[in-house]
Amino acid sequence: MTIDYQTLALPYSAPPECGTSDVPHRPVIVVGGGPVGLTLAIDLARYGTPVLLLDEDDKLSNGSRAICFAKRTLEIWDRLGCGARMAAYGVSWKKGKVFFGDRLIYAFDLLPETGHCHPAFVNLQQYYAEGFLYDHALAQPDVEMRWKNKVVGVDMSPECAVVTVETPDGDYRLSCDYVVACDGSRSPVREMLGLKCSGQTFRDRFLIADIRMRADLPVERRFWFDPPFHRNGSALMHRQPDNIWRIDFQLGWDADPVAERQPERVIPRIRAMLGNDAAFELVWCSVYTFSCTRLDHFRYGRAFFAGDSAHVVSPFGARGANSGVQDADNLAWKLHYVLQGHAPDRLLDTYCAERERAADENIAHSTRSADFLTPKSEMSRIFRDAVLSLAKDHGFARKLVNSGRLSTPTTLADSPLNTPDGERFRGTMVPGAPGADGPTMMNGKQDWFLRHLGGRVVAVHFVAAADDAGPPAPQTTGAHDQGAAVVGPPVHELIVRVAEPRGARAANGEAIDVDGLLAERYDATPGTTYLFRPDQHVCARWRRYDPTVIRAAVARATCAD
Amino acid sequence: MARLNIEPNIEFGDELYQALLDAHRDLTLEQSHAVNARLILLLANHIGDLAVLREALQRARSAGDDAHADACSSSSISPSNEGVNR
Repeated sequence: MTIDYQTLALPYSAPPECGTSDVPHRPVIVVGGGPVGLTLAIDLARYGTPVLLLDEDDKLSNGSRAICFAKRTLEIWDRLGCGARMAAYGVSWKKGKVFFGDRLIYAFDLLPETGHCHPAFVNLQQYYAEGFLYDHALAQPDVEMRWKNKVVGVDMSPECAVVTVETPDGDYRLSCDYVVACDGSRSPVREMLGLKCSGQTFRDRFLIADIRMRADLPVERRFWFDPPFHRNGSALMHRQPDNIWRIDFQLGWDADPVAERQPERVIPRIRAMLGNDAAFELVWCSVYTFSCTRLDHFRYGRAFFAGDSAHVVSPFGARGANSGVQDADNLAWKLHYVLQGHAPDRLLDTYCAERERAADENIAHSTRSADFLTPKSEMSRIFRDAVLSLAKDHGFARKLVNSGRLSTPTTLADSPLNTPDGERFRGTMVPGAPGADGPTMMNGKQDWFLRHLGGRVVAVHFVAAADDAGPPAPQTTGAHDQGAAVVGPPVHELIVRVAEPRGARAANGEAIDVDGLLAERYDATPGTTYLFRPDQHVCARWRRYDPTVIRAAVARATCAD
Repeated sequence: MARLNIEPNIEFGDELYQALLDAHRDLTLEQSHAVNARLILLLANHIGDLAVLREALQRARSAGDDAHADACSSSSISPSNEGVNR
């Protein structure tokens, strides 16, 4: 039986603290049970840090919100153990077409190479993504979720944050080491702390119409500039599970947002697009404007901001939910390490350094897309139309057509946690890059490289196919600095044996790079060693194995140097 | 880094100028704007060097400031010109 996650009432019971003056302590409180809050809660719990998640409502998302979840997001959810379900239920896609008028001007493929566990994107209604995360959170002993528990106050002291919570059974207070606001673009926690986002709002309106329709169209993102069925605007069409299609029409700033979402206005627009004989049912309509804004600092004392509470982007490019999940991915291990005493508190400041830069990157992409779709001046429109009119016959102009630069993970290239390269490497796996996946074979089973990394600090050694001398013995090293107050995290080691035609002779627990794709993607030669953070970003690499430099790089990656 | 060449670089300057005007003959201002925009994009791609293009953009814009300044006062040096010659 399928669960209707849009109407599912999440359980509420009176919290034991209600009506008492106790102020119990929690390590981490997450505010907001959306995709970012749920991801963060699950991630922390799986590291071993207990989490309390509070949400003012007792419902998950409904209607049409985020739909495109990127490969990187699926990889993060894979690490948490729920990526496969998302990928299986979602509609996988990687191709798109862009039309100008009635002509196809540009077709793209976001993942032209093979050898990846996950597709470039899946389309999945946000309520499914949240529902699957919710189900997975229920299975984590260290996650406690309290619905209808509304945070109404946050008081900060140097020692802790005290959160005041309102429930149907009265108020109560909790203290915590850290509170993370994943409470959306209108973030009440942000308001309570008197913080403001700044940025710009675009003077345009868009209609979202989700329809249910049986149609045998290719699974691809279709985007039109100035199509015959919607002159002087743009349109977008995208498939979701359950035969639901997302259709998006650009309406212009002067459109009446209330009138335009009435079915009698919406249905003729869709008929113009799909033809008069198309059989469909309208399941969702809304008219939205968008903005690109950011909070100056993602940390305020013991409070952190992640997802829309920290940064808001235009929807073109699917950079909202996807970047929020990356925020959670970045913050979870840092919170855990600091709480465990593996790293000093200032490791948490690198969450800001890394994810504020990422937000700037996402906002820049999304602002440029918005500027292309909604030209702000007459000359901006003239250049846009010049690009479109050149695009069909001029390859260079196709690259300039911007209907949304679809979400790719941020490479944290200037992160203070990286150890700069001392040797030459080709390719994209620079320190700061999210690790590339590739097919592997371990213990006789086909698998994927990223799955072997898990959520740990891992030193990956590439070795030759038949290296009789063998690589250094696999080991888990403990503290990197016994004398210091901070005891570093354990470092795991993984051996990747480059395959050869006869097959590599691998010991148990070694990964074989069956198609040689890892060696290619990481520009690895025998001896090459990569150091990965728990969020599977590269933080250092060398051409040979040296435990001393690995220890130094681990210390650097945890601010313990 | 490559720099924008602002010394004479076209052998047939008068012919080029004529060709530019010919390209716009009989066009409305709106059509001419479109032609210019396409021309800029084609040439920019041909040049293919963002630093050179940025310098050209800056010069194109600040030369306009000079003309405006000239019209308004006798000054011919625009402060925004400073730092152009990196």
